[in-house]
Parts: sequence; C-alpha cells; structure tokens
Amino acid sequence: MNPARRQRLILILIAVTLFTVSVILLLIANRHQVNLFYSPTDIVEGEAPYDRSFRAGGVVVHDSVWRDHETLAVTFTVSDTINEVTMSYVGILPDLFKEGQGVVATGHLDDSGVFRASEVLARHDENYMPPEVARALEEAHRRGRITDSQLDTIREN
Amino acid sequence: MRWVVFVPFFGVLVAATVFGYMLSQGEDQGSAPSTRIGKVLPTLSLQDLSDEDLIRVNEDLYGSPFLLNVWGSWCPSCRIEHPVLNKLADEESVRIIGLNYRDTRDGGQEWLVDRGDPYEFTVFDPIGEFGFDLGVVGAPETYFIDAEGIVRHRHVGILSERHWDNTLRDVWESL
Amino acid sequence: MLPEFGFLALIFGLLFSIALGVLPLVGYYRQHAGLMRLARPLGLGSMAFLVVSFATLTWLHLADDFTVRYVVDHSNSNMPWYYKVSGVWGGHEGSMLLWVMILSFWIVAVAAFSKKLPLDMLAVVMSVMGLVLAAFNAFLVFTSNPFARVLPFPPADGRDLNPLLQDPGLIFHPPMLYMGYVGLSVAFSFAIAALLIGRLDSAWARWSRPWTNVAWLFLTLGIALGSWWAYYELGWGGWWFWDPVENASLIPWLLGTALIHSLAATDKRGVYKGWTVLLAIAAFSTTLLGTFLVRSGVLNSVHSFANDPSRGFFILMIFFLFTGGALLLYAIRLPKLQVNVRFEWWSREMFLLGNNLVLTLYTIIIVLLTFAPVVNDLLGMRTISIGPPWFNDITTVLAPLLVILLGVGQWIRWKKHDEKPILRWAAWAFLLSVALAVVCNWLYAGHINWRVVLGLTLAWWLALSTLKTLYDSTRNAPNPWRGLRKLSRSYYGMILGHVGLLVMIVGVTMATQYEESRDVRMSPGDSHTLGNWTFTYREYDERPVSNYETQMAFFDLSRNGRVVGNLLAEKRFYPVAGQLMTQAGILGQLNRDLYVSMGEPMSADQETWSMRLHVKPFVRWIWLGSIIMSLGAGLAIMDKRYRRIKLGGSA
Repeated sequence: MNPARRQRLILILIAVTLFTVSVILLLIANRHQVNLFYSPTDIVEGEAPYDRSFRAGGVVVHDSVWRDHETLAVTFTVSDTINEVTMSYVGILPDLFKEGQGVVATGHLDDSGVFRASEVLARHDENYMPPEVARALEEAHRRGRITDSQLDTIREN
Repeated sequence: MRWVVFVPFFGVLVAATVFGYMLSQGEDQGSAPSTRIGKVLPTLSLQDLSDEDLIRVNEDLYGSPFLLNVWGSWCPSCRIEHPVLNKLADEESVRIIGLNYRDTRDGGQEWLVDRGDPYEFTVFDPIGEFGFDLGVVGAPETYFIDAEGIVRHRHVGILSERHWDNTLRDVWESL
Repeated sequence: MLPEFGFLALIFGLLFSIALGVLPLVGYYRQHAGLMRLARPLGLGSMAFLVVSFATLTWLHLADDFTVRYVVDHSNSNMPWYYKVSGVWGGHEGSMLLWVMILSFWIVAVAAFSKKLPLDMLAVVMSVMGLVLAAFNAFLVFTSNPFARVLPFPPADGRDLNPLLQDPGLIFHPPMLYMGYVGLSVAFSFAIAALLIGRLDSAWARWSRPWTNVAWLFLTLGIALGSWWAYYELGWGGWWFWDPVENASLIPWLLGTALIHSLAATDKRGVYKGWTVLLAIAAFSTTLLGTFLVRSGVLNSVHSFANDPSRGFFILMIFFLFTGGALLLYAIRLPKLQVNVRFEWWSREMFLLGNNLVLTLYTIIIVLLTFAPVVNDLLGMRTISIGPPWFNDITTVLAPLLVILLGVGQWIRWKKHDEKPILRWAAWAFLLSVALAVVCNWLYAGHINWRVVLGLTLAWWLALSTLKTLYDSTRNAPNPWRGLRKLSRSYYGMILGHVGLLVMIVGVTMATQYEESRDVRMSPGDSHTLGNWTFTYREYDERPVSNYETQMAFFDLSRNGRVVGNLLAEKRFYPVAGQLMTQAGILGQLNRDLYVSMGEPMSADQETWSMRLHVKPFVRWIWLGSIIMSLGAGLAIMDKRYRRIKLGGSA
C-alpha cells in the first residue's frame, strides 16, 4: 500500500471512529430526552408513562382555561374530541396560546392524572394545527366509531 | 474504489425519493376519510348564529346539495379560506351552510359583517356538540352533502381555489 | 395594468435567464467566442427585468393596490411605509422574487469583477448560475406568481403583514440570509465550471475564495440578525432554538466555513481539490434543501410558509437536478482530475483537514438530528421530538475539538513543522488557559463551574494562540509595529474571524451558564430582585399606534439601591391580524443584558401583569462575535491579492 493511500485510510478511520463515538455518546447521554408524543386518548387509556416526561397535545377546550391571578398558575384542558386531559402550567404562556387552538406541551403526569407541563409550545405561525395534534385527532376519530355507538347507547338510556 | 465517488450522488437520489414520497403523502391531506361518508348527517337542533330564537334542524338543510363549512372567528386559517367561500357563493352560486364551531356569538357575527357572508345561514355550535357528532377535528373543514343529507366528501383544512379547480368542483357537480 | 407589467417583466427575466443558461454553455462546447461573450449582456438583461419586476411589486405595496392578492395578504394601508416595503418579502412569492433578484445581482457581480477570468471559465460559470436563475424564475412564473389579482371583488384593505415580521430586524434578516444562500451559488458554479472544463487548479480556488467569503459574510450576518430578532421579539430571551429552519441556515453556514478553510489549502498548496469541490457543491445544495424544507412543510417548524405540495415538488425537482447533476458530474470527472499525495501530519494542511473533518461531522450530526423525527414518522412510529439537549451536547463535544485544532492550526507552517515546539507550546498554553479560566470563573462568580471553565479555557487557548500567531508572523520584522503593518488584509481577516469565535464562545458560555430568569406577578410600584439587580415596575400606559395598540410597562433598574437605567416592555395587539406580540424591554450593556417581557394581564384594570425577568450576562458577545467574524471576512475580501489574479497556471 502506498503512503498516500495509507494516510488516507488512517484519516478515514479517524473520521469514522469520531463519528461513531460521538453518536454513541449522544445516544447514551440523551436516551431519556426523546420525547414521545401521546394524545389525550393514549393518556386516558393508560398508555403514557408516569415515570418520565413526554409530549402531549390537543385542542384547548373552550372556557377551560383558568388562571390563578396570584401565582401565575394556569390550568387548561386539551382534547382530541374523544378524551380530555387537564394540564397545569406555572408561568407565562406563548402569545399564540388560544382556546380552540392546537397546542403541544412537554411535561409529565402526576399521580392524579394531571399533566404538569414544563413547557408549552405554540407556533409563531398561525397554522392550521400542529401535525402531532392533527394526527391525534384523526386517530381519535378513527377509534370514535366504537365510541359513537357507545355514546348513542348512553344517550338512549 | 472508483465507486466511492458515486456515493454522494446516490445519497441525494435516495433523499430526494424519500422527500418526494413524503410530499405525495401530504398531497392527500385535503380529502380526509371520515366514518360519516355515505351516512346521513347527525341530528341537528341548534340556534341560528344571527337569531337566538330560530332553531335550525336537519330539514332546514335538505332539499338541494350544499357545503357545510366549519369555521370560527378564532381560527386563523378560516380567514384565509373565507374569500374563497365568498367567491364560490357569488360566482358559482354554491349553496354553503356555515357551522360556527366553538366560537362566541359576537365573534361570529362580527366576522360575517367584516368579511362578508357567503352562507345561506349559519348554525351556532358554541360547545361543538354537533361538530362532535359529525366528527369535526378542527376548523376549517368542509363537508359535501347531497340533497338527501348524506355526506359525500370531507375536506379538511383550507379549501383553496386550487383544490376547488382540481377536484372539488367535480365533487360538487356530482352531488 | 401595473401588476401585469410586473409579471411580464418576470417572464422576460425568465427568457433572458434561460438564454443565459444555454447559449454561453453551447458556446463553450462549440468553442464559439461570440456565444460565450453573450454571457455578460444576458446576465445584465435578466437582472434588469428582475429589478423592474421587483420594483413593480414594491410600488404596488406602497400604493396599496389591493387588487393584487399578494399585497392583500401582506400589507395594510395603515402600515408605515418601511413595513410596506419589507412586506414585499414577507411571504412566499415575494421572498422568492427577492431570491431570484439577488441571484441576478450575483451574476452581474461575477461578470463585473472577473475581468481577468478566461472567457470560457466566465461563460460556463455564468451559464451555470443562469440555469439556477432560470429554474427559480420558472418556479415563480409557474407556481408562485406574486402579481396574481383578486378580481372582480378586491377587498377594501389588506390583511396586514404578520405582526412578527413588523420589526426593523426582520426588514433586513431575509435579504441578508438570501444574499448568503444565493452567494454560495458562485462557489458552486465555479466548482461546476472547473469540473466541466477540467481546470481544477489553485487559480480556480483563488477565484472562488473572495466570493465564498462574501457569501459567508452575509450568511453570518443574516443568521446573527435572525437570532438577535428571536431574542428580543419572541419574549423568551432565547437566542437559538435548534428549530429545523434555524438548522437549515446553520448547515450551509458550517459547510461554508469548512469551504473557506479548504479553499485556503487548495489555493496555497493545491491540495484537497476533490474535497473542496464536493464542499462547494454541498454548501449550495444545502441552501436549496433548506429552501425546499421551509417551503414544502416537510419539516415541522415554527417558520413554515403556506404548505403547498405542488410547490414542494417543483423545488424538490430543482434541488435534485442541480445537486444530483453536480454530484454525478463530480463522480464522473473527478477521478481524471484528482491526484493523491501524502502530507506531513504536523502541517497546516493537516490541521485544516482536521477543521474540515470536525465541521463536516458536526454538520452530518445536525442533519441526522433534524431529520430523525421525519424518518421516524415515515416508519410509522410514535411521533418523537429531538430537543435542544441533543444539539447542545454534540456542540459541547465537537466545539472544543475544533478550537483545540484551531489553536495550533492558525500558526503552524505549511508542508512541515517540527512537532516538538508545537507540543511544548500546546502544553504550556493549555495549562495557562486552564489556570486563567479558573481564575476568571472564580473572580466572576465566586465558585467553579466546570462548563464555564471549559468555555473559558477554550477562549483563553484561542487568545494565547492568536498572540502567538501575531508574534510568529512579525518576529522577523525590525520592530513589531512595522511587522504588523506588513501583514496582509486576508491575514487580519483570519485573525478577526478567530477572535470573533473567541468572543462568541465567551458569550455562549456565560449566557447559558449564568442567566437568571423568573416569572413574577407585578403591579405598578412593585419591585423584584434577581441576583444583584432590582427590577421596579414604575408605571403602566397604553395607546394606539399606527396599525396596532400597545400596552407598556416602564421599569427602573437598580443595583444595590442605585438606579442604573430604565427600560420599556410592550405588549402589542394587531387588530387586523387579531394577534398579540411581545416586545421585550432590554437594557443592554457589554457584560450583561437586563431583560423584561410582559406575559398576560392579571387584573381588570390591565395594570397588573405576569412579567418575565431575565439577567443575561455577556449575551451580547454572541452577536458581537458574529459581527467580528463578518468583519474578518470583509477584510479578507479586500486583500490586494485578489485584485491581480493571474490566469490559471496549468491551463
């Protein structure tokens, strides 16, 4: 093997090693930082974890936003049209946070089933809806077939 | 080792294919499947947006085909969609019924004064009960309904002129 | 008729750019000098028509012509004239028009400043740029006409420009960024031309260098401006969010930085030609990719423009044709042009390669992290999000590596440098840097924080290295002053670029480690203390301004009871768009920013608010660093060397 190719091979090996090592380190350090998304239905059905943080979202239900005017605490309910989850947050909400708008929040579930948000995201762009939320609503609706008939039974009684 | 220089090209080829595939998935987003399609509308009994004493029921809707447009003054995308609806009502005499969804009465009325009213009438659904029965996931949404009240097509998101020209006009004319 | 006139000008622009993309190239293959000489007039022609078209759209905005849909969507008669103008690039169509107009400026600039370039090279370079121009011009004409009318019932007034964009910073952010993005097309076109003609030599690198520097300068300023804007306009006090669209601008910047360094090696030593060409292609391609991602809505981002799949397909095709075409050409032509040689390990060439290696790895990882959620969705798995910790971690690992290499790389000799003095210097400089960093950290905070020590060590390492560089390069002069004056502008450009990085490292370290922030409820007269600083909410006021209504909170700031300044935070409401905007109040000082943003009113009289208070040490250094880097790039461009470029040696 001539010296130029040998050197090249060494350089490529260094690059590949560096890449692999950084990716592995990154994966180890952040294995708990992959925030999975759970819809209100997922949460109500107990699919969401209690021991770590995740993202949840839905449409902010009308008249569900309640602010404590002394402590900056705020609670609101998000819905995927089938199920609802109450979220609580302490701090300042983004300007685009509105009732009827889709929101996504990062946080964790407490023992009473309230989602304690550490961060509430609303996009700076007034868009139709965050895609996660849109998908959650679609999913809820697909499952809704059962719920529709169940609802009818409940109503008739 | 000569093939190595082709790696970047194939990388881009793969990436472009993936993106193209994703775009084509996005294309269908407008027309969403719904469990309602082929079924008759759920029972309607709600106040009219402009008149509390006027209760709108299913029979007010039927008789000729119409679009049921879900909107709210809180919904930014509806603002973009509204001129298109005005145009359809004015120029193509499309019969459109409004479903004011999870809105306030003042907000809704003000909206129609400010931006024009393409609707034959608008049903006021502040808590979204009819919307829930119908399977609305957000606003705007537009349902294509025939003279007998059967949902034939559902469009989610902004109804743009491009959508109308491409596919939706045909859907409308086939009702 | 004016809108139709503007559209007509756009169509003429398209015709000229097609001619520019085809005729000189045909001329090159036929070796027909007449056709090749057409490049200059054709470039000038396309620019003229695009300027007319852009001016028409600007005029329509200023004249409140609400028969034009684009004007309706991005303007309002109540807006001040400067936002009417910036509204021209406030949406998809107009910003694409700005994009193509800027590209035509670059084409004409290449024609104007390359008098010494061989005719065939100039013709091919301009032709390639013409093809890019034609593609995007066609994109405008066929999918994104900014002059489309709303007839027959035009609205009485416009819907207002998105309030977020009604801000001085945002007037300049997009044009700067586009100057940078589009500017990379010059290096790209030079690379393609070099491959086509088969003249891959140091002269080619020397031609590309100043152009890459200009583009990089604008890109740096554009990104810094965007970050500055996000800092004071979004009310969160953050300056970088790792949002996909931010990443889309960072990726070409990183590749551009790598390209600048690898061009230096190719220019001075004639090495890494293949790699440099690949970087030039990649840097511009990633700007195309970025454009695609922003416009098509494939990535879920806060920035997205109106999503429209047909536009997405068009841009995807443009991306694929240029990138794919370029890479195919690269693969076919490169083996004939590339010669492999061995380098000394201890040489500037090798350290520049190290720089490129780290920057490229960093870029690749950012790309992977940005796309991971998309790929994940594609595989039908539960939606995930990759948060800032990922990006911060990889930066904390790779940035030190880069800086360590840089500390030696900026003064090590070309070809071969004895390793002993390097290692000796490195050992001493490292110990000294750590010691100084620990002392600085202790003096500032009274405790030791290992992340701060890491950041400051890097900063001191760079500072010591810069001193060493200046010392080495003036050692042989009769006195240091004469020595410093003899150094070239591009040399000072390099020094400034690295000093800018140093300043930025200090800013990032201190701002992330020592920021304090709190959300509190405050009524007029209330005070709140954060660190050494007392924020006093003095009074409240509200009033209507041109196209918005504002609520204002006036703050006095004091330290240990002594008033040091005041600031005004605002909450604005834009009735036409129905949107609220937070305008942060900032008292900026070189070593810290005091920052207040208003949250929500908490009493019926609107005087009590939730307020977010921040103390951000050294945060300004982040943007100061970017400005210093840009100055460095500016100095390098003005080097005399580029004014007397000789014709290619091996031609």
